[in-house]
Amino acid sequence: MIRAGIDVGGTNTDAVLLRDTTVLAAAKQPTTAEVTGGVIGSLRRVLEESGIAPAAVDAVMIGTTHFVNAVVQRRDLAPVAALRVNLPAAARIPPFSDWPADLRDIVRGAVFMVRGGHEVDGSPIVPIDTAAIRAAARAIRAAGIASVGVAAVFSPLTSQAEDTAAAILREECPDAAITLSHQLGRIGLLARENVTLLNASLIPLARRTVAAFEQALRDMGIGAPLYITQNDGTVVRAASAAAFPVHCFASGPTNSLRGAAFLSGLTEAVVIDIGGTTSDFGALVRGFPRPANNVVQIGGVRTLFRMPDLLSIGLGGGTIVDPSDPERIGPRSVGFRLLEQAMVFGGATLTCTDIGVAAGLIRLGDPRRVAGLSADFVRRALARIHAMIEENADRMKTSTAPLPLVAVGGGGFLMPERIAGFSGVVRVPHQEVANAVGAAIAQVSGEVDRVFTGVGRPEAIAEATRVARERAVGNGADPATLEVVEVEDLPLAYLPGDSLRVRVRVVGDV
Amino acid sequence: MPEPFTLTETDLEDLATGAWILGTGGGGDPYFSMLETKLLYERGARVSVIDPLSLDNDDLICCVGKMGAPLVTQEKLGDGEAIAETIRRMEQYLGRRFKGIMVWEIGGANGFQAVLGGAILGLPVVDCDAMGRAFPQADMTTFAICDLPAHPWTMVDIRRNSIIFTEAEDWSWMERMTRRACTVFGSVAATCKAPRTGREVKTCTVLHTLSKALRIGRIVRDARRTHQDPVQAILRAEHGVVLFRGKVSDVQRRTSEGWLRGTLRIDGLDAHAGHVFQLEFQNEYAIGREDGEVRVTVPDLICVLDTVSGEAIGTETVRYGQRVTVVGLPAPAILCTPKGLHHVGPRAFGYDLEFRSLFADTTA
Repeated sequence: MIRAGIDVGGTNTDAVLLRDTTVLAAAKQPTTAEVTGGVIGSLRRVLEESGIAPAAVDAVMIGTTHFVNAVVQRRDLAPVAALRVNLPAAARIPPFSDWPADLRDIVRGAVFMVRGGHEVDGSPIVPIDTAAIRAAARAIRAAGIASVGVAAVFSPLTSQAEDTAAAILREECPDAAITLSHQLGRIGLLARENVTLLNASLIPLARRTVAAFEQALRDMGIGAPLYITQNDGTVVRAASAAAFPVHCFASGPTNSLRGAAFLSGLTEAVVIDIGGTTSDFGALVRGFPRPANNVVQIGGVRTLFRMPDLLSIGLGGGTIVDPSDPERIGPRSVGFRLLEQAMVFGGATLTCTDIGVAAGLIRLGDPRRVAGLSADFVRRALARIHAMIEENADRMKTSTAPLPLVAVGGGGFLMPERIAGFSGVVRVPHQEVANAVGAAIAQVSGEVDRVFTGVGRPEAIAEATRVARERAVGNGADPATLEVVEVEDLPLAYLPGDSLRVRVRVVGDV
Repeated sequence: MPEPFTLTETDLEDLATGAWILGTGGGGDPYFSMLETKLLYERGARVSVIDPLSLDNDDLICCVGKMGAPLVTQEKLGDGEAIAETIRRMEQYLGRRFKGIMVWEIGGANGFQAVLGGAILGLPVVDCDAMGRAFPQADMTTFAICDLPAHPWTMVDIRRNSIIFTEAEDWSWMERMTRRACTVFGSVAATCKAPRTGREVKTCTVLHTLSKALRIGRIVRDARRTHQDPVQAILRAEHGVVLFRGKVSDVQRRTSEGWLRGTLRIDGLDAHAGHVFQLEFQNEYAIGREDGEVRVTVPDLICVLDTVSGEAIGTETVRYGQRVTVVGLPAPAILCTPKGLHHVGPRAFGYDLEFRSLFADTTA
């Protein structure tokens, strides 16, 4: 099986071509403003380098940070109608509350709150007000709003209210893109609704982007299906990705993590990806990024959905070092101007790359330009860099048992040889394109996160597992390769009849 | 005597931070109530805070809070209007108007309910509560300790279904009846507990706890802003002690009789390396053992804080790998009396242990 993996980052677009588990070719290209340009360029290069015919490619996996960048930079966002099925609950904190004003002004097209939703035990709060939903739908169409986000109280327990609203919306606004909160989020109405609204706002951009990728592949003579990588380290078919662009938000770091797992053969490890501006730390559990269970801020909005647990610090090859104090490092960076501004490249800014060159860790540019740095200065700066890495790598651990630490990314020369609390520092081949490798090897998943009441723990987990497997197959997984990678259960306070929240995730090969 | 003052928008954030810390792991994050109050502030509402010692003996004060599960609040968000409504029902029942509002529980989301009700009704908030922290049951209050009557209660749900509990044999019966009603209401309800006279408020509450929550929140904010250690700042200002510092290495939870019970294991770091701290909780952190030896019990406040940010970490959300500092803060004196310990001491939580205060001077 021949798979192409492409990771479109803010700076570089990386591509690899794999035959089963062997890397045939790798390429790095600058990311282009119109993202497909970099994708085509890097894909062409790996095909040429490996001599593989475009028609021989079996699957193409693309990871992109395009959508999260759109939120952060407030561009290409569509206005959204928020339809909340909640009254008389949750009436005082309407949709878009606690959003940064600039983002809210772009995304908030209209807000409707209607009677309906459910109690924690699954019974209706009040009968759902379908007439009000229909009136809202007509108002949405009249206002010309083409994206709708629907959130109902306790929809992760029962999707009934959201499904009813969706059916009415489809009748009244047949062309609208509809996002339902239970498809995305967990318990926590506001954070789940926030991510639903962001998703709805991104759908037009996601459709255009995915269509452009598909067109580009066709133009190159690649007939293979296109998959898009997700926050949890898996992939979905392009059409499904276009419906849920928020699931691509963290795909860059996630692909690095998955690539590190694949290239090192490790399933339990901490991974550090040292780039030009930041170092991203993540943890592998059973070969997948450990999920974050807390609220994650995206562009200033509180969200709660499937995201990896990541820690990012301002430390990379381009990070600025204070010439008067070797222990003051970052968080500012020269970023993509490294090749002009770093001292070894003729610039006037002292960076971590210059420290690395002065310490003899890497050969780059003109080492004579940093010969003036005292040995003591270099030693202290390096010690500080190592301490920053050590402290943050340790924060990702969940037990005192020593774990391996896998280092990937272009700034790998900053890694110490040994690090306290870890069994060793593992370096891997193709580490500079680990993210593209992670994309290429990605599998398909199915997930369930639901509250069960009045059933035993084993029955609840069995039922959740059954649904998760079903979803994985629905997403394109080969049923013969399904594997349960995560089972978590949490008893819930106050609720009657031994309520239990169960989360199960299943993955399988494409 | 402190003068009345008006809460600013920044105060609302500080109160949320401080109340969450005084929640000792339970009571729910006050975020939604804070957000709801901020939205009321945007529309011009303001809340004033008065000193309980300034009350006349026969002033009538209402005592409010929410009952139910923090999880349900995650979905139904805040409902200040229900708090206002439960107060109105009580005024109707009594045929009298209230002079001010207090909360029975300063810790967690309940620490905000008087402010929320005050913002809607224009009533001043009285700077005190009946726990000085958070506890899981209605009979764990200074009112129960002082043997004040538990009735009447009003209870309102989001649909404005309402119940008036006109009489209860004692606090534990009131707890049993209202807990059952709360479940029927969808596991969250706004409650106005038995009203208190000015005299009762002055003698049977924990005084100035809203100020205390505000102060703690402000300290944490200042420390973060000036890049100082928020945990140290709290300890200094509130005469607290560090019990343990480490990394969460195991969490076990189970629900029984409607409460979240469980244990939390922390492996020591830095000065505590090689040692293990174990916390047991019933909604709130109740007892802590270091290497098997009891170090701290209720009613002393056991707070689990993020070592870096100083943020409180609740029993529902604490998880593996978090870097935490376990801090002990002194329990209010009234809780440490023999009568107080009967209601809120280790035995009230099912531990056959004597309460030994972390603080030599328990009047702190």
